[in-house]
Amino acid sequence: MLHIKCPHCGLRSQNEFSYGGDATVKRPELNKEVSDQDWDNFVYLRKSPRGKHLELWQHISGCRQWFKVERDTLTHEIFRTLKANEEI
Amino acid sequence: MSQNFRLDKGGLIDRSKSISFKFNGKNYSGYEGDTLASALIANGVHLVGRSFKYHRPRGFFGAGVDEPYAMVQLIRDNESIPNVRATEQELFEGLEAKSVNCWPNVDFDIGAINNFLNRFFPAGFYYKTFMWPRSFWYKVYEPIIRKAAGFGVVSANHDQERYEHKYEYCDLLVTGSGPSGLASAYAAAQNGARVILAEDKSRFGGSLLTSEVSIGNQSGHEWAENIISELKSMPNVTVKNRSQVFGYYDHNMLVMSERISDHLPKTNKYTPKQRLWYIRAKEVLISSGSIERPLVFGNNDTPGVMLSSAAKEYLKIFGVLVGKKPLIFTNNDSGYETAIEFKKNGIDPIVLDTRKDPSSEIVNEAKSLNIDIKFSYVVVAAKGYKKVKSADIAKISEDKKQLSQIENINCDCICVSGFWTPTIHLASQSGNKTKFNEEIDAFIPGQSKQNETVLGSAKGIFTLEETLKTSFEKGSELSKKITNKESNISVPSVVEKKHTNHDKFWCVPLPEGKNYKRFLDFQNDVSVSDVELALREGYRSIEHVKRYTTLGMATDQGKTSNLNGLQLVSDVENKVVPQVGHTTFRPPYTPVSIGAIVGREIGKHSKPTRKSPMHEWHEKNNAVFVDAGVWLRPRYYKQGNENLFEGSKREAKNVRQNVGVCDVTTLGKIDIKGPDAAELLNRVYTNAWLKLPVGKARYGVMLREDGIVMDDGTTTRISENHYHMTTTTAQAANVLSHLEYYLQLVWPELNVNVVSSTEQWAGAAIAGPKSRDVLQKLFPDLDVSNEGLPFMGYVEGNLFGVNAKIFRISFSGELAYEVNVESDNGNFMWEKIMEIGKEFNIQPYGTEALSTLRIEMGHVAGSELDGRTIPYDNSLEGLVSKKKDFIGKRSLSKSAYVAPDRQKVVGVVPLDKKTSIPEGSYIVKDAKAKLPNPKLGHVSASCWSVEHDNPFSLAIIKDGKNMIGQKLFAMSPLKNKTIPVEIVSSHYVDPKGERVRS
Ligand SMILES: [Zn+2]
Repeated sequence: MLHIKCPHCGLRSQNEFSYGGDATVKRPELNKEVSDQDWDNFVYLRKSPRGKHLELWQHISGCRQWFKVERDTLTHEIFRTLKANEEI
Repeated sequence: MSQNFRLDKGGLIDRSKSISFKFNGKNYSGYEGDTLASALIANGVHLVGRSFKYHRPRGFFGAGVDEPYAMVQLIRDNESIPNVRATEQELFEGLEAKSVNCWPNVDFDIGAINNFLNRFFPAGFYYKTFMWPRSFWYKVYEPIIRKAAGFGVVSANHDQERYEHKYEYCDLLVTGSGPSGLASAYAAAQNGARVILAEDKSRFGGSLLTSEVSIGNQSGHEWAENIISELKSMPNVTVKNRSQVFGYYDHNMLVMSERISDHLPKTNKYTPKQRLWYIRAKEVLISSGSIERPLVFGNNDTPGVMLSSAAKEYLKIFGVLVGKKPLIFTNNDSGYETAIEFKKNGIDPIVLDTRKDPSSEIVNEAKSLNIDIKFSYVVVAAKGYKKVKSADIAKISEDKKQLSQIENINCDCICVSGFWTPTIHLASQSGNKTKFNEEIDAFIPGQSKQNETVLGSAKGIFTLEETLKTSFEKGSELSKKITNKESNISVPSVVEKKHTNHDKFWCVPLPEGKNYKRFLDFQNDVSVSDVELALREGYRSIEHVKRYTTLGMATDQGKTSNLNGLQLVSDVENKVVPQVGHTTFRPPYTPVSIGAIVGREIGKHSKPTRKSPMHEWHEKNNAVFVDAGVWLRPRYYKQGNENLFEGSKREAKNVRQNVGVCDVTTLGKIDIKGPDAAELLNRVYTNAWLKLPVGKARYGVMLREDGIVMDDGTTTRISENHYHMTTTTAQAANVLSHLEYYLQLVWPELNVNVVSSTEQWAGAAIAGPKSRDVLQKLFPDLDVSNEGLPFMGYVEGNLFGVNAKIFRISFSGELAYEVNVESDNGNFMWEKIMEIGKEFNIQPYGTEALSTLRIEMGHVAGSELDGRTIPYDNSLEGLVSKKKDFIGKRSLSKSAYVAPDRQKVVGVVPLDKKTSIPEGSYIVKDAKAKLPNPKLGHVSASCWSVEHDNPFSLAIIKDGKNMIGQKLFAMSPLKNKTIPVEIVSSHYVDPKGERVRS
């Protein structure tokens, strides 16, 4: 079980969190033209890297905040966690 | 029965407490402190089971967790427990155990014929033997394999025992209480660190219990006892025996199983049998020791052949002789310790040492005790079927290839020592890159992956002096990092016998013309010839050889077989062991009972049960409940002998004719506040929300980004910046997370707060043509006329002193209201509604009537919003705004979503107006078409229409829009039904929606 440092609450066990996927995906802005290709990429296409991955987690059984985790998908090492509005 | 093999004195057992027990129906006695294994051996019992594949007789090989043979079926407190290691099971009064893997009994086992047919059971026999003829599989092969498989029988009864989970944090977790564990735990404890020391056996001390050493001026055993009692007295230390740390997981989380009552005749009602500890440690000190390695020779699985260290343990801890004419077969000095121990107890052992001329303190001591030692000698084969009777031995040439003349000598046990294998399982599970150490012919831990530090013989350090020194140091160093405290500990002086080098020889060649089975894996019956065959057949990778031969795949995880298997592969392949590599170690290190893994999460504790505030009322009024997610909801209120069908029909009819009331507390509710609340709703829902006036509700549909409907519900504008959202019962949690995702990550500029208020409100839906009459009497001061409180209107009222929110919304298609009060007032509200509604023939209705009402109205719900449908499929396209953007809108223009023959919800009526259509049925054009019959869609929900008094279903079918009026078939292969049907509009009742507006 991972040990994840919520930027708001501190270190907690994985079972308090839920996973939210790639944190680098940006939703296309509302009311803007988006090509089919770009939209499909946004909805469906995700990288599956072996190694560092910036991802979203939500502290559902805690403060309910979404935040970012930089994690190694191979070793599960967590390098750092960031608040939703912080950039790497 | 007398204990013929028990010494008159000695051992750590309590001879004042005699214990009687039963094995295979016979009565025996032992002492408190015995294991089942030691007590059986004391009684001269060496035949405990039959082997897995060949059903060869099996005895005892070890004295602890590494035991590959002695698995028994334990009967304890009316429970029958399989896969119990006799070497770990402590004796208790009345214990009863049986052999496994044998039929009809352990002495005469029909399966043993496999032993003589063994040419039909070569390596990979599972893959080869049972392939052809194909028709034999179900009738012949499978039943035979099933009967032969496994170690014991799983009880079909519900496990009555209690198991618990515990979560714990510590600075240092120390796994094993041998010299390295004690020293490091002690040093860390002195520095003020929070320490957990875990020992899998009942006694602390590990090798110190059986070795002839002194530490300071005490014996090793005394020193261990003093350290343990000091550790136990310290508030920062938790000391646990009978506790096996079996898994090392991510981020230094380890799992330990504590056997709390396994050694007692019965578990107390509220005492758990076992407890699983999830331990998050800052530092992990692995002091798991090492396991003696077998030597491989002919028939080396005969009962009476066992590890020399185990023989010593039976002697020193249990005062038990594993034999009275012992033969010690060794390639190193450890075998001499066992020989000397026998000699001290008046038994004359013979030592066969594969080495030519070793010289060390302990060899010299054995010589001076006049122990018969034969150098350059090996055991060629054990003789005897159910027990060792003699041994064929021979001198071996210096190159270890040639055997001289074979001699036969009498013996009743053969104690083997092939040097030591560090127990690196936990380190390997952590991710430690282990490396091969040529000096000890074994893998030892290398670079740490997580915070694991390996100590003592688990690291390949085999002298006590160095073990203690490095363990004190590590314990102190690692704890100081955490506590910033350092207390001075002087490492005590040590007296121990120095050992000389071991011989790398491990496998005795077969003598000319003999074809003895030489076993590598004793639990899965894998022999040298099996591995050789696998290699001849082209298997190269050790992982493949393992799976093909099943080497090391038994419940003992190859604790005694792994390295000899690797040695063999490297010898045959002319490689060195590190090139072959070892197979992956995976948790658990030892078998863990399923009960312990499940813990208390069984039966009604497997998930929380949520009940509405009106639950007790429902119970008192004969509600039959149904699980709705984690909620318990009334399905119908049983009157007399009614069944579900009759009851729900009565309830639904009463809603259509008079008035009914339904507990809708379970609906998800989200409180939304903030100046940008309307903007959020406008982006989340498909329809327009910016102009919803205060005091009005609106129905809305929300999508995922891929265009699929996520949920639906109504949201009401309570005040300028305050909205009350409802979700379906099932999606409540997901919708909240969904809103939080967009507010926190995508549109943080929106000034809105959302919070779940599901549990704050109790809800009652009052539905039916007389609902207004009921409402008027509930709220006499309110104007509840169609003009005063129109459809989709909202008003707050006073319900006999209780604040209430009144929504004029309808799920049933009738004139209806939903009244919400604070949860604590829910029951009061409910009783008032029932009391006042009496004169209007009000009846409560459950989820079944609720479904009936919505299905015949054509209201889509969970069975249509099934994660595969878009708004159009559900005839919700009218709610999709063309003007504004919202979540998922861009996906709706995908070509599949706008196809002219896109699927759509329709109504389905059986032509005979009698036959109910099973949910999940396929709709097809031609019932007799060739398979696979192309399906047009599926039936999503079925009911008995109370309005039309005939069956009615909803279905989602291809080109549904143009199918109205078609005669088709509903087919349910599951129920074996084919029903001719007509496709009709999904709005089977009040298609214009006049009633809700009346
Ligand atoms: Zn948090």
